[in-house]
Amino acid sequence: MANISKRNRRREREIRNAAKNRREIIAARLSRRDLIKAGLLTSAGYLIQKNGLSARAQFGGGGSFGGSDCDRRWYDGSGGNGTPVSPPTTPFVEPLPIPPIAQSVASLSPAPTVNPNTAAGEARTRPHQALTTLAPQKFYEVHQREALISVHPQLPLQRLWTFNGTVPGQTYVARYGEPILVRNFNDLPNDNGGFGLQSVSTHLHNGHTPSESDGFPCDFFGQNKWYDQHYPNALAGFASSHPPNGDINESMSTLWYHDHRVDFTSQNVYKGLAGFYLLFNQFDTGDETTGFRLPSFPNFDIPMMFNDKNFDPDDGLLAFDLANRDGILGDKFLVNGKIQPFFEVKRRRYRFRWLNAGPSRFYRFYLTKSDLTNHPFWVISNDGNLLKNPVQTTSGLMMAVAERMDVIVDFSSFAAGSIIHLENRLEQCDGAGPTNNILAAGQGAKVLQFRVISDPVTDNSVNPATNPTFYQVPTRVTEQITRCFKFDRNNGQWVINDRLFDCNDVRFRVKRNTAEIWQLEGGFNWSHPIHIHFEEFQMLERNRNTPTLIERGRKDVVRLGENDDVKLYFRFRDFVGRYPMHCHNVIHEDHAMMLRFDIDDVGNSNESSCGRR
Amino acid sequence: MSDISRRKVLADLAVAPLVGGVITRAGGQIDKVPKAMSPREKLQARYFPNFELTTHEGKKVRFYDDLIKDKIVVINFFYAQCEGICIPVTQNLKRVQNLLGKRIGREIFMYSISLKPEQDTPQALKHYVQMHKIKPGWTFLTGKPEEITILRRKLGFSDAKAQLDQDLKNHIGMIRYGNEPHQWWAMCPGQANPPWIVESILWMDPKENDVHTHNVKTNGRKVS
Repeated sequence: MANISKRNRRREREIRNAAKNRREIIAARLSRRDLIKAGLLTSAGYLIQKNGLSARAQFGGGGSFGGSDCDRRWYDGSGGNGTPVSPPTTPFVEPLPIPPIAQSVASLSPAPTVNPNTAAGEARTRPHQALTTLAPQKFYEVHQREALISVHPQLPLQRLWTFNGTVPGQTYVARYGEPILVRNFNDLPNDNGGFGLQSVSTHLHNGHTPSESDGFPCDFFGQNKWYDQHYPNALAGFASSHPPNGDINESMSTLWYHDHRVDFTSQNVYKGLAGFYLLFNQFDTGDETTGFRLPSFPNFDIPMMFNDKNFDPDDGLLAFDLANRDGILGDKFLVNGKIQPFFEVKRRRYRFRWLNAGPSRFYRFYLTKSDLTNHPFWVISNDGNLLKNPVQTTSGLMMAVAERMDVIVDFSSFAAGSIIHLENRLEQCDGAGPTNNILAAGQGAKVLQFRVISDPVTDNSVNPATNPTFYQVPTRVTEQITRCFKFDRNNGQWVINDRLFDCNDVRFRVKRNTAEIWQLEGGFNWSHPIHIHFEEFQMLERNRNTPTLIERGRKDVVRLGENDDVKLYFRFRDFVGRYPMHCHNVIHEDHAMMLRFDIDDVGNSNESSCGRR
Repeated sequence: MSDISRRKVLADLAVAPLVGGVITRAGGQIDKVPKAMSPREKLQARYFPNFELTTHEGKKVRFYDDLIKDKIVVINFFYAQCEGICIPVTQNLKRVQNLLGKRIGREIFMYSISLKPEQDTPQALKHYVQMHKIKPGWTFLTGKPEEITILRRKLGFSDAKAQLDQDLKNHIGMIRYGNEPHQWWAMCPGQANPPWIVESILWMDPKENDVHTHNVKTNGRKVS
């Protein structure tokens, strides 16, 4: 544990002592009154900041590693003094798990039907829009169920909720032009283990998916029901502006799926309900000798899902703070479901598909070499959309919840045996957002360790330094309307244009096959990753300036920092139905920071009175 | 660990699905199964202190034992003299109570806890109930100020910023709803549409959370 400082070792000892003392207090059946009388507890419910009882109070938060002294909130939402941190774990003891690839089945019984097969237990409420025109060529069965999962060898097995038994769930490998249908079963157990609702809606983020298959938050289904989700894998414009195959410049690559059950998304996703969905086409082929020649899948094209979570200091089980309304910050960093794994790399280029799967933290990722200098890398894709050209970064890469960044990292310059860490150096103290302090190299949270091994390698992948061109930014057409959205908070209630969420309330209607401008005004001392379902937008302006090269392409999550304004361009095509816009800090989302809009063939002008705000 | 709980752990383990693959480990890990409190006991310890409170009818009750345990509940914080958000929230909750009818007080219990317990004596709360013509089944509660503060924080009605947290005008207008034995807990805005609040509360009934029917027609509420 060479990377844990003396100070942190002392802190871990304190944590263990604190947990032991708490257990003794519980065993002695001391009441709160007894504790207050004994001077061990303040009337506000905090354990007194004294040695052995309050490791957190003495050392501040930031987890069992990391150089930030800021604290985080826990359990009673009271600011964290004297409240527990996760048990210590040794970093980099297990390899990065790679989620299994979903395997299709020959057929489904009963066969999928356009109208909901209610009699057979299907919970869908609306007919499929495109089941016959974009008939599925592959079928999948997925069962949402509990499984015993190891997150770290020093912690007990965890009862998590999974798609087919793993966290992350199985990776769907899909191709444009090859529609699929997933039969999604809810086999979740009666006992939720303390948090989570056994009622689900699985969202494919951010597929060009008909509404009834999108996983709208209120299209949820209960235990022992199932729901057929039809993913056409069709490019935007296929039935409108670019028939019959759609606009190639709307191609997406890295998608993910996750539970979206209204009011319970944060609990259900924290419990494990998330996975990757990768889309390939004739350019982004998964084969580095063809098309754009991006590193080959699956050997050199690696999905990485980041989560930060907390574990109970007494029993080591996953802990979710049900009272937190602002945002949950974990002190353990997981990649593909393991706490701080390592990953062996060969001396060549890799494509990593980074996903911040929440619940609330903002990251700024650096590749830190052992001499604490930065290893530069190339960003090729934002939110699953390949950029026009790769963009090199040496100053870190910001990622809010639900953002995906595909990067190319070249390890060819390293000697065998080299160690590089993926390090988050962005300080964040609470759910309101990052402080924007960037910690010194080596002082951040080391999320993942790369170990360079000496196997002989070939590398046929494109060198990003040659400035290859991927897709063009899709051509704009004249917008029909400008809508404006102000995100605020009123007595702890999230409001958008001063209104509250209601699944049944259609806030505005977008006319199918038209373009719109949306202006998002946010923050007011909060940072929010805002996600809009269904279509990728183009960010035209951030605070009246041209966005950075990385943000200038297509996206589906926009970071609204404190007092940010952004201007987005959308073109809503092909399908109709209900979709949400919401904050993807899933704690905010579950406290109703959301609205519903519908796409239809009429549209309306609601939320367009921008001047009066 | 008692025999009963050990037996239960072993039984649970026997029925738990064991999965293979790169991520999970197979069985043979009985020593790794934690021996601490049950999830339900943990939730009780973390969020539901068993403080003594007094109802608007002057009855002494224990928060966990009498108000939370084995129940579907709806909780908000308010104070009788509040002229801001409390008025629309109380009006909203009256509509919620009407919409839920006889289920309130039998299957679903509504609690409003005073943020000014010194002023909101049981008599003052009774006056509030009478003034607002609130029907039986919805209980207004007061208690010791320091315990109410703990309760408020534990239930997630505090503000992260200390200055805002002390400002009663800014108090949290959310409603917590939950089902204690099922360990289901969430919140919705107190100023949301009453039919939407009702729908949210009914998810706490295991018979009602299967499918969203989309049959409630409402209009969005403006809050300011």
